Amino acid sequence: MTEIRMKVNGSVESLDVEPWVSLLDALRERLGVTGPKKGCDQGACGACTVLADGMRINACLALAIQYDGREITTIEGVAHPLQEAFVRHDGFQCGYCTPGQICSAIGMLAEYEAGMPSAVTGSRGLDEAEIRERMSGNLCRCGAYNGIVDAIKEVSG
Amino acid sequence: MRPFAYVKPADVAEAVRVAAEPGARFLGGGTNLVDLMREGIERPDTVVDVTGLPFDTVDELPGGGLRIGALVRNSALAADGRVRTRYPMVSQALLSGASAQLRNMATVGGNLLQRTRCPYFYDHASACNKRSPGAGCDALDGFNRGTAILGVSESCVAAHPSDLCVALAALDAIVEVRGQEGTRRVPMADFHKLPGDTPDIETALAPGELVTAVELPPAPVAANSRYRKVRDRASYAFALVSVAAALEVRDGTVTDVRLALGGVAAKPWRATQAERLLLGGPADETAFRRAAETELADATTREGNAFKARLAAATITATLRDLSTGGTAR
Repeated sequence: MTEIRMKVNGSVESLDVEPWVSLLDALRERLGVTGPKKGCDQGACGACTVLADGMRINACLALAIQYDGREITTIEGVAHPLQEAFVRHDGFQCGYCTPGQICSAIGMLAEYEAGMPSAVTGSRGLDEAEIRERMSGNLCRCGAYNGIVDAIKEVSG
Repeated sequence: MRPFAYVKPADVAEAVRVAAEPGARFLGGGTNLVDLMREGIERPDTVVDVTGLPFDTVDELPGGGLRIGALVRNSALAADGRVRTRYPMVSQALLSGASAQLRNMATVGGNLLQRTRCPYFYDHASACNKRSPGAGCDALDGFNRGTAILGVSESCVAAHPSDLCVALAALDAIVEVRGQEGTRRVPMADFHKLPGDTPDIETALAPGELVTAVELPPAPVAANSRYRKVRDRASYAFALVSVAAALEVRDGTVTDVRLALGGVAAKPWRATQAERLLLGGPADETAFRRAAETELADATTREGNAFKARLAAATITATLRDLSTGGTAR
């Protein structure tokens, strides 16, 4: 066991972890922060997306021990216009992917502001093609993509 | 996940010393290794976390080249203004791979060392010579849509999954490697191995050797370059076929060309035959197609991937056409 210290949603947490514990399991099972979801547990679905020092990552593929000293933000620590926009635009059905979608969208908007290109950059501004490409790491099995794109478009516009 | 010891070395000397022990693995961003450990395919006794080592910058080389630290994250490299201007295909290759979350985690060194996504490699119930040497290969007559068609053997038809490596191969990148005996430099062409009878041996690295940097030599031709990826969905999928190409044309004649393919071999495939045919010849559709078809003439296809030879030739032709007519790079 190794003691690690992380700032999670603004509160400093110390916890003992074995090196093989993922950041996702540390958050959910050790700290009771269950906003980040375990969808595929292999980096394919994005339901576990959290922000590490503001940068979006897949918590399922992150070993908690590698995030010692870092600042982690999950949906529980988010207060952002995207949340109401998702409600207004029906950006979900079952809601399981939503915490990851919103954390991912927050990270994505920051990346866009910072000038990060995408595979479709060349189109005009943060249009639908850009949003779909930049959000492709977050799957929605209910297929609420149109609402998700509309919600992000409204908040970014 | 199987328990392991975790070491975070203070410097590179300690890293390569610890990793020289049998059963040790280096850990970078974790996007491939953590997944493989969870699946029980990688079973290290010791994980050496190198993310604290100071290999996270992109630095200028004399003559206009770049030295990319092995711990630079994929997203940071894709956004680097020098990379986007001098080697656009490198940025495009990175941006076409994985998802934004994974690119924020994944390192350049780890990208070189990622393992195949052949489904039989991941499935313990299947025979796989790469996972269990001598066990056989269920991909040969199985679901082999994503498998290789060049440089394959009867032991293994797995394809290398990297996009970045395809661009690095086209650019004659040099991989800087550190071991207990010191530093050595390995050309990209020699870094990854074809399967032969030993598909479990994937790179030229000796046990315990650490990738510390990748050098991009100066290449004026690369300012006019493109990475084009063909896959089963628009984003977030591995390549069926991809092409990294750079082209320089003067008075209708090809004066410099670089060409490499992804998704078709166990290594990023440098299309040397096509390059030789193109250099000094006309920059037209007929020449592009002839070069592409010559490169693919030796393809060994199977039922599920027979389409790849034509797809690869067509993608090469289209990419060169775009570059020769100043088509917008993406």
